[in-house]
Amino acid sequence: MVVEIGHFALILALVVATAQMIVPMWGAQVRDARLMAVGDSAAVVQFALLIISFLALMHAFVTSDFSVLNVADNSHSEKPLIYRIAGVWGNHEGSMLLWVLILGLFGAAVALYGRHLPATLRANVLGVQASIAVAFLLFMLFTSNPFERVDPAPFEGRGLNPILQDPALAFHPPFLYAGYVGFSMAFSFAVAALIEGRIDAAWARWVRPWTLAAWMCLTLGIAMGSWWAYYELGWGGWWFWDPVENASFMPWLAGTALLHSALVMEKRDALKVWTILLAILTFSLSLMGTFLVRSGVLTSVHAFAVDPDRGIVILTIMMFFTGGGLALFAWRAGALRQGGLFAPISREGSLVLNNVLLSVACATVLVGTLYPLALEGITGEKISVGPPFFNMTFIPLMLPLLFAMPFGPLLAWKRGDARAVAQRLAFAGGLAVLVTIGVAALSGPGPWLAPLCAALGLFVLFGAITDLLSRARLGDVGRAEFLRRIISLPRSAYGTALAHAGIGIMVMGIVGTSAYQTEKIVALKPGERAEVAGYDLLFKGITPTKGPNYSEQIAEFEVTRNGSPVTTLLPSKRLYNAPPQPTTEAGIYPAWTGDLYVALGDEQPSGGVALRLYFHPFVRFIWIGAVIMFIGGMISLTDRRLRVGAPQRARSRPAAVPAE
Amino acid sequence: MTRKQKRGVLIGSGVAILSIASLLVMFAFRESIVFFHTPSDVADKKIEAGTRFRLGGLVADGSVKRGQGTTVEFAVTDTLAKVNVQYTGILPDLFREGQGVVTEGKLSPDGLFVADTVLAKHDENYMPPEVAKSLEEKGVKLGPGAQHKSGAGY
Repeated sequence: MVVEIGHFALILALVVATAQMIVPMWGAQVRDARLMAVGDSAAVVQFALLIISFLALMHAFVTSDFSVLNVADNSHSEKPLIYRIAGVWGNHEGSMLLWVLILGLFGAAVALYGRHLPATLRANVLGVQASIAVAFLLFMLFTSNPFERVDPAPFEGRGLNPILQDPALAFHPPFLYAGYVGFSMAFSFAVAALIEGRIDAAWARWVRPWTLAAWMCLTLGIAMGSWWAYYELGWGGWWFWDPVENASFMPWLAGTALLHSALVMEKRDALKVWTILLAILTFSLSLMGTFLVRSGVLTSVHAFAVDPDRGIVILTIMMFFTGGGLALFAWRAGALRQGGLFAPISREGSLVLNNVLLSVACATVLVGTLYPLALEGITGEKISVGPPFFNMTFIPLMLPLLFAMPFGPLLAWKRGDARAVAQRLAFAGGLAVLVTIGVAALSGPGPWLAPLCAALGLFVLFGAITDLLSRARLGDVGRAEFLRRIISLPRSAYGTALAHAGIGIMVMGIVGTSAYQTEKIVALKPGERAEVAGYDLLFKGITPTKGPNYSEQIAEFEVTRNGSPVTTLLPSKRLYNAPPQPTTEAGIYPAWTGDLYVALGDEQPSGGVALRLYFHPFVRFIWIGAVIMFIGGMISLTDRRLRVGAPQRARSRPAAVPAE
Repeated sequence: MTRKQKRGVLIGSGVAILSIASLLVMFAFRESIVFFHTPSDVADKKIEAGTRFRLGGLVADGSVKRGQGTTVEFAVTDTLAKVNVQYTGILPDLFREGQGVVTEGKLSPDGLFVADTVLAKHDENYMPPEVAKSLEEKGVKLGPGAQHKSGAGY
């Protein structure tokens, strides 16, 4: 019964979304306020229906209702409750429902918090947003219905892939989707603006909070995925340049560029055409990610199960929205007036540089990801493009970006003084170089690029601090005045500084772990020892135990350093009951200077066990940096000037201006 | 600077960065692309020793031999031809005889494939698409696993 309610709610959501797609846009054309207002209530109703539908599916998973095909295929009654809940989106159909739910959430948010938007813009935005929902709801109902029944119902489900049975499943997909589905807002605003043929600085102010919210979630979602892969896959890697990773990374790169170009548009009324284009492209890349992950055209360690028919439908949806968006852009962009002059050395100039580098970097990732597909389609030759390609193309583009990053926020709008800014950054740069030389001397030989990158990371971090200090006029004013100023800096300044500092910290983590990691593969018998990066590991033996739905072989290691005890590591191998599949649980000792990482391999014929020992210097900084970026985004979002739904100044203006 | 000059600087720097990136991409493609071959390709195409490539197929039944320490030898087959592979390291959890596998490495002059990477998908029913496709092309019947449609990994 609950399942039928969920199914029915999903169909109703499609009906409501169809109304929301047509009525408000028509209302905007004929300037009928009542028709336009339909969009608001429809968006809220659509979201409510999607929640009902989603909860119904969750109910089926929690109660292990195996008469639902999706539950029977992907769940098991022995599974702990958290994985029955999170398992809802651990499969194609359920995750599609989450996708649409988040799409609905953003639509409802515009209806509820977008009261200050001009009525026609709001109506058009909601209409475009609903058209995306219609496409995906049709896709779900016709090709991937999560509520499909199976008769006779199997007695037991087939279980969830054990790799996914991890607490991270509860958080990683929702954040990731909130990120790249959130970019649909930027797309809807861009298309709405093109339909109206009017776009101004206010538009950028309305779009920025939504883009920022999506960007924050995507940042955190990607970082969580990276952390999850790091501890779960047992290879100790944190990023593989895998096509599916790239699928989420490309919208991030484009979205980051969009955040910055929207800033120029809001403050200086320039880069309008480019910003609109970026908004369309960012969401198109999100759609392409959805396509790549679900169509099976790519080889990946974590693609969804594949079904070419579904792939073709998603490809059609993607072509429709990307093609439609770009066609509308080509048709209407000429009508947008360009404004705002600026010198190359200026805040705008630095943001343009940011945009050029980010979008070119995004293009190289796109080429590397799609090239194998294209080549196979044309010549039939199968190739793989691996990390070396991306390291050779992506990193050289990031280095100038990192170098320019501290300069940007310090340059004045319109016309900046490069020399004055360089003087202010001299201390940060000098400090970065000194620290790097010190560390390089201590750590011994490594790749020559590593100290340079580490210096850039530090420069970005110190540069972000310099930005805050110089905004508060350190040195120009007295101490009390400085403190007063630094406290009362706008939150968006703190947000920028934190986000940039987060990048700097992340870069240091990346450099540390990529250039100075130690890896050792050994075979040990109980009572034997191994040494890695100054840690001494004593293998005490293996104990079998049982978990809720798996059996486990836990190895025990006593870790000491220079004779004093550090910790006990318990890496293990699990064998799940359903599906019967092994997983490796790494044993990790986290520390600021780096992680000691132990993963179990196979048992040896001679009685020992193969082991992979790693020391990953500073690897934590990668994820800490991402969290700091997220926090920076949050703080920025609470800034009065950006707050979603902040009263619009223009609306009160007519009252304030006396009749002449 | 005039408006025109400013625009020139803007466009010029954009074009410059784009062309640098294109050069990098072309260079990187030449250096780092790895071809995928099946064991019969290895026999047919006479791949030179020392060329890095990916070898994919099924782990031949009864072929896995564990040697000294963490060195393992096994054979990869597409049922028509067979290549012996040597790998030192830790095999993925789902490495098993009769299952699909992708390995990356180089052929040694005596025809042994020395792999430094062994990939098996995180799903017991999974068959790497390249493997499934090339096996199908060669007329090998695949078990239900290869067609398994739902319930695979995220």
